[in-house]
Amino acid sequence: MATWDLFDGIEGLRRDIDQAFERMGPQFPMFRTAFLPGRAAREYPLINLYDEQNTLYMEALAPGADPSSFNISVAGGTLTLSGEKRRVPGEVKHEAFHREERAAGKFVRTIELPVEIDDSKVTAEYKNGLLLIGLPKAEKAKPRQINVQVT
Amino acid sequence: MAEKTVPTMSGKQATGRETTRDQERYIQPPVDIYETPEGLTLLADLPGVAPGELDVRLEDSILTIRAKAKHAVTGEPIYREFELVNFFRQFELSDRVDQGKITARLNHGVLTLELPKAEKAKPRQITVQVEKAAA
Repeated sequence: MATWDLFDGIEGLRRDIDQAFERMGPQFPMFRTAFLPGRAAREYPLINLYDEQNTLYMEALAPGADPSSFNISVAGGTLTLSGEKRRVPGEVKHEAFHREERAAGKFVRTIELPVEIDDSKVTAEYKNGLLLIGLPKAEKAKPRQINVQVT
Repeated sequence: MAEKTVPTMSGKQATGRETTRDQERYIQPPVDIYETPEGLTLLADLPGVAPGELDVRLEDSILTIRAKAKHAVTGEPIYREFELVNFFRQFELSDRVDQGKITARLNHGVLTLELPKAEKAKPRQITVQVEKAAA
């Protein structure tokens, strides 16, 4: 399912700008993105992708989610992540709240993966409110060392 | 429970962070606070915080939540939507909270603080004495 994404280019540009500021050192921290999404967040959960030799790691920001509600499926190069985060355990009347800032509710998000994944070996771990998904690359997507023949 | 948005910069309460001077960055964790007959419950989202990296402190009626968050992964970032930085937030407690009985627990990146009400702040039922009408 290859979809043309208008925002792909914008994301790339943002990354370039971030990297440019990072090179200037830690004295310019205000230019880097750091925030926690509240209720008005566009997409939930927010994710980070990391690349290691043979595995792609996805880190999802999902504090307080019910671990048994997580549902992760990988098919055809896309990953679908769904689950539920309850605001409070049990029932609390709306009037009882003094402050309501945390994001809560059911969520579902579909992410297109940049490389082919071995669907059968996906792992997931929920720790300290971060969901870590390990996505082993498919054999043909792994980097290969090519030996140069000297003649 | 009033929030110290601008921490006092005098005496013992000078715990405020000035982002212009500090190399470390802080963000305020989002919180929910709700009231029950027994007290107040505060829930704060602190993703990426291990139990040992959390510091909840009460001094001069000021409750300070301070925590260090860490990413769980190594590897080269190829796509980034969020970044984990340190958390810092302060609340000023009124004397209607029994400050000696506050409990805290951290579960799946959510800090739950139970702030029981002091005895004098709890609702009390007052029984009405009915005098018998004089015969």
